Amino acid sequence: MIKFFLMVNKQGQTRLSRYYEHVEINKRTILEADVIKTCLSRSKEQCSFIEYKDFKLIYRQYAALFIVVGINDTENEMAVYEFIHNFVEVLDMYFSRVSELDIMFNLDKVHIILDEMVLNGCIVETNKTRILAPLLILDKMAES
Amino acid sequence: MALKMVKGSIDRMFDKNLQDLVRGIRNHKEDEAKYISQCIDEIKQELKQDNIAVKANAVCKLTYLQMLGYDISWAAFNIIEVMSASKFTFKRVGYLAASQCFHEGTDVIMLTTNQIRKDLSSPNQYDTGVALTGLSCFVTPDLARDLANDIMTLMSHTKPYIRKKAVLIMYKVFLKYPESLRPAFPRLKEKLEDPDPGVQSAAVNVICELARRNPKNYLSLAPLFFKLMTSSTNNWVLIKIIKLFGALTPLEPRLGKKLIEPLTNLIHSTSAMSLLYECVNTVIAVLISLSSGMPNHSASIQLCVQKLRILIEDSDQNLKYLGLLAMSKILKTHPKSVQSHKDLILQCLDDKDESIRLRALDLLYGMVSKKNLMEIVKKLMIHVDKAEGTTYRDELLTKIIDICSQANYQYITNFEWYISILVELTRLEGTRHGHLIAAQMLDVAIRVKAIRKFAVSQMAMLLDNAHLIASNTQRNGICEVLYAAAWICGEFSEHLQEPHQTLEAMLRPKVTTLPGHIQAVYVQNMVKLYASILQQKEQSEEKEGAQEITQMMIDRLPQFVQSADLEVQERASCILQLIKYIQKLQTKEVPVAEEVIALFAGELNPVAPKAQKKVPVPEGLDLDAWINEPPSDSDSEDEKPKTIFHDEEQRHSKHRQPEIDEEELARRREARKQEQANNPFYIKSSPSPQKRYQDTPGVEHIPVVQIDLSVPLKVPGIPMSDQYVKLEEERRHKQKLEKDKKKKKQKKEKKGKHRRHNSLHTESDEDIAPAQQVDIITEEMPENALPSDEDDKDPNDPYKALDIDLDKPLADSEKLPVQRHRNAETPKSPEKEEIPVIEKKSKKPKKKEKKHKEKEREKEKKKEKGKDKKKSSKHKKKKHKKEKEEKSKDKKKSKKKKHPSEDEQVETIQNGTLDDEPLPPMSSYCLLAENSFIKMTYDIQGNLQKDSQVTVSVIFENKSGSFLKSMELNVLDSLNTKMARPEDASVHDGVPVPFQLPPGISNEAQFVFTVQSIIMAQKLKGTLSFIVKNDEGSTHEKLDFKLHFSCTSYLITTPCYSDAFAKLLESGELSMNSIKVDGISISFQHLLAKICFHHHFSVVERVDSCASMYSRSIQGHHVCLLVKKGENSVSVDGKCSDSTLLSNLLDEMRETLAKC
Repeated sequence: MIKFFLMVNKQGQTRLSRYYEHVEINKRTILEADVIKTCLSRSKEQCSFIEYKDFKLIYRQYAALFIVVGINDTENEMAVYEFIHNFVEVLDMYFSRVSELDIMFNLDKVHIILDEMVLNGCIVETNKTRILAPLLILDKMAES
Repeated sequence: MALKMVKGSIDRMFDKNLQDLVRGIRNHKEDEAKYISQCIDEIKQELKQDNIAVKANAVCKLTYLQMLGYDISWAAFNIIEVMSASKFTFKRVGYLAASQCFHEGTDVIMLTTNQIRKDLSSPNQYDTGVALTGLSCFVTPDLARDLANDIMTLMSHTKPYIRKKAVLIMYKVFLKYPESLRPAFPRLKEKLEDPDPGVQSAAVNVICELARRNPKNYLSLAPLFFKLMTSSTNNWVLIKIIKLFGALTPLEPRLGKKLIEPLTNLIHSTSAMSLLYECVNTVIAVLISLSSGMPNHSASIQLCVQKLRILIEDSDQNLKYLGLLAMSKILKTHPKSVQSHKDLILQCLDDKDESIRLRALDLLYGMVSKKNLMEIVKKLMIHVDKAEGTTYRDELLTKIIDICSQANYQYITNFEWYISILVELTRLEGTRHGHLIAAQMLDVAIRVKAIRKFAVSQMAMLLDNAHLIASNTQRNGICEVLYAAAWICGEFSEHLQEPHQTLEAMLRPKVTTLPGHIQAVYVQNMVKLYASILQQKEQSEEKEGAQEITQMMIDRLPQFVQSADLEVQERASCILQLIKYIQKLQTKEVPVAEEVIALFAGELNPVAPKAQKKVPVPEGLDLDAWINEPPSDSDSEDEKPKTIFHDEEQRHSKHRQPEIDEEELARRREARKQEQANNPFYIKSSPSPQKRYQDTPGVEHIPVVQIDLSVPLKVPGIPMSDQYVKLEEERRHKQKLEKDKKKKKQKKEKKGKHRRHNSLHTESDEDIAPAQQVDIITEEMPENALPSDEDDKDPNDPYKALDIDLDKPLADSEKLPVQRHRNAETPKSPEKEEIPVIEKKSKKPKKKEKKHKEKEREKEKKKEKGKDKKKSSKHKKKKHKKEKEEKSKDKKKSKKKKHPSEDEQVETIQNGTLDDEPLPPMSSYCLLAENSFIKMTYDIQGNLQKDSQVTVSVIFENKSGSFLKSMELNVLDSLNTKMARPEDASVHDGVPVPFQLPPGISNEAQFVFTVQSIIMAQKLKGTLSFIVKNDEGSTHEKLDFKLHFSCTSYLITTPCYSDAFAKLLESGELSMNSIKVDGISISFQHLLAKICFHHHFSVVERVDSCASMYSRSIQGHHVCLLVKKGENSVSVDGKCSDSTLLSNLLDEMRETLAKC
């Protein structure tokens, strides 16, 4: 199960956060700051899996943006690692060359994409067209 | 200008959307907090407006602020308003905000029930979708209960988009409202075969997650999953299924056998690393579960290890990490296969990534052998020098010590080398693990006699260089080694080359800066040193020298007398007085050395941690009995001193208790002396215990072989462990040459197979003889200690494994959700009924497993028999033969079993015993009936699958010399309790026992009973009829019995988390009752174990002598207990959903406790 999904930039600013188990708001900020600190302390030569407290962090870095996923021991580390890339590819497809600003200004849409892909802490969809289908319909509704 | 500003702010107030907010925050980097608080004020204004579009915009912004860490719970009501907007674009914003900030504690959440229900049934699939997504984040028990049915219907929605989401949400619903699992499960199972792969994947996800917590209820789905695994091409789904199998195989080894082949195929074929990794992991899990008594799967292990090697060799650090992680799992069961990749793992120690290095370190632990230990440790020592961070270096240090000390220093061939490694480690700066090194030094010096001389010389050097170690307060951790050094030098001072110098080193003023507990040891051991120097001087008649040393002590000791540490001060002033007295005697030219030495005479042997427990209770000693008369209130206090100060208080006592005369007292004293004489741990007044030590053969008969050391002992300067490596190599080389010579001779003598066998053998490290024949002194055990290890492994008690260790934290695999899930479908398939049987077996010790497998086979045979009854009697005869064979095997096994237990005991004596406190073996089986032919014992277990069923397991034991067959068990059903009979049988027919009993054999059969009400205990009368067949012919026999269904037997051990427990108690729906039992003498832990075992409870929390416990009846009654232990009594407060059940349960518990 995925515990949380975070997008944090190098400055430690959270760009997206989604918790699949309830965490109190003030604990969230502490956790996010600590997580990004841990990720930043690692070099590129180091592996992307960190044993953190009682769970594992899987992270990937895209330019200045870190995507960090917290998982428990029933999740396959490698699968989540590949999933993160899948997620970024979907964003890339929708925003055509996604940047940090795209994510900031369209937070709600990014959430829709993420919700299509992860539900209840489970990876449920990885097919790009199927993920984007509801969002595209929504865009059409907004235009009309 | 001012007007423009006002206008602008009004504009912004209405127009600022999320984009503006984000941009604004970016433009106000210096006063971000101020800007945001301003924005929040605006948002509050916007929320007050009636326009839903404005509100939605405000909520959207709030969601962003929430992500930045601002609390927006105050807007919960507004969020609900936006959620109920009719326009989808707004609704979506509302749900998003809700999913981010609502949780179980949000009180307005109950207002949403109807809105969500409306959305769920909306014709627009996206309305439904968004409601489902939101619900997954904030579903509460109430919502789950109210909406379970709606969501369940959505699982059969026409659109796969909705089906998929509904299936996933059901998981959360199950968690919050467990009662929904049973009704929803058939549909969930159906979804495993849904035409849409997305829905299928969702169902797999949910079931995997459920099964992980409680695998045994999902065993029946294994065939379906097996089909999915072989047919699915979706890697995500495959990973989940394979993971699920990993959880199921430990419960059903047969499944594992089936899995190996498809899994190895996948390993060969897949290109996805994640899938490969998962397969390897599950294969490992399968092999672990099969490792007991299966033909070797070396090919599969080999394959796994090979694939992992590829992962580890990969340049991708992630794969390397995973490879090492999986490797460590193999290491536990198949260390040999991992050891062959030592080179690779050592290479990983040089990796740039710390996490990879740490993983590799974990693996090292299992790969050392006598042969390579020095080499590996040498490598680690290099790393210690290179390591930058203290945490990593500390990790290395602990690993080095772990590796060397594992299995009682099994792999160390040269202890001089080890001591020098330890000494080298003391040069580490800023480590926290000084005490670890110290403990090792002490342990080695005490237990390895032959090394003492060397150890003492090294420790003397450490003391001499103490200023290096203790100079810096930063290096505080490491000064702990001085504690060990001082003690070793003092205790084994006879080995010291220059005791005078060492004594001086210990008396340096610098020592007073050390921590108190170290100084205390210094002071104590100085005297030991002083004593031995004194003896030396007196023997060589150097009176002046002796007086000089005394003077030095008197001069230097005062610095310790002034110490702020109480312990140091006390010891120092005591010793100072002693030495002053010695000086007085010395001036009178009285030889004193002998008497001073006597202070420290005798050897301190290591005592096994269990020794105290193993002291046998002498016959006739009842520790619980009163030593004197039972307490007559206040008098009892006066009585104790009387026994000691008998004469003085005699009059006094007579005055008070005239009935005790002197004769009586004398008699008692005599009796007590007798008791004390029998008690080896009672310190007798004479001879002194220390002297006694010397007198008893205890020390002498420990076989310590003193051997001339081939390596020179005197090593000038600080030792270098490296030199030992070289020396060791040379020594081994010599040894090998000698061996080769011998081998050649042997080869000439032997031929063929023997030769090959021989050459193989030389490769193993068992051949390396240690440099010094160092005996590790056993830890002392009391004379005629109880052989409790043998007791622990009593081969006659197969239920030993059911002993519950209460202190152990629940492992993940043991953790179950608070509520047990049950399969809704319960067809009477034989497979299902077997599930609890299998489960039970897995708990039993491995030794027994084979036997049970045989039983199982027998059962299967019986089934077959039932099918083809018509088959000829020839067949039967064959079967009979087979059974006989099995019997003889069984006998052999039972014979064999006895031998290992003896061997094991010998082993434990060599290695010292470190087991935990044993609990007495317990059996839940009680006698049902017995006559000269047969004995029946039974146990009743609640059935997990059905809320109205219990399974009665009856063990039939043939006590006669005849063959028992055609056994049939019948009971008189009551209105409430009925035995489950075959479908075509009437209520008066008995149920046949599915086996026959040859003489002396016992076997277990299970009978299912259905119960309606479980709140009262029940008794059922019954009869066992059977045919006794012997040489004289066969007779028909009967045995009547009464089957007692206690209320306890309806309880199922169910773990409960403390928070859930607290909630349960708070709910106020439970009725209360309590009991108190006096005269309890057993320990609290044993008491709890008894309650857990006999009454099917689990401990929720334990604090001192108070524990909360939980259990659940098969019909879902919660039972909570609070058990408190007083001095001699135990009180149990119970709370339960049903008051009758509770009072009955407590009555039963009272009976159990009364027996304690």
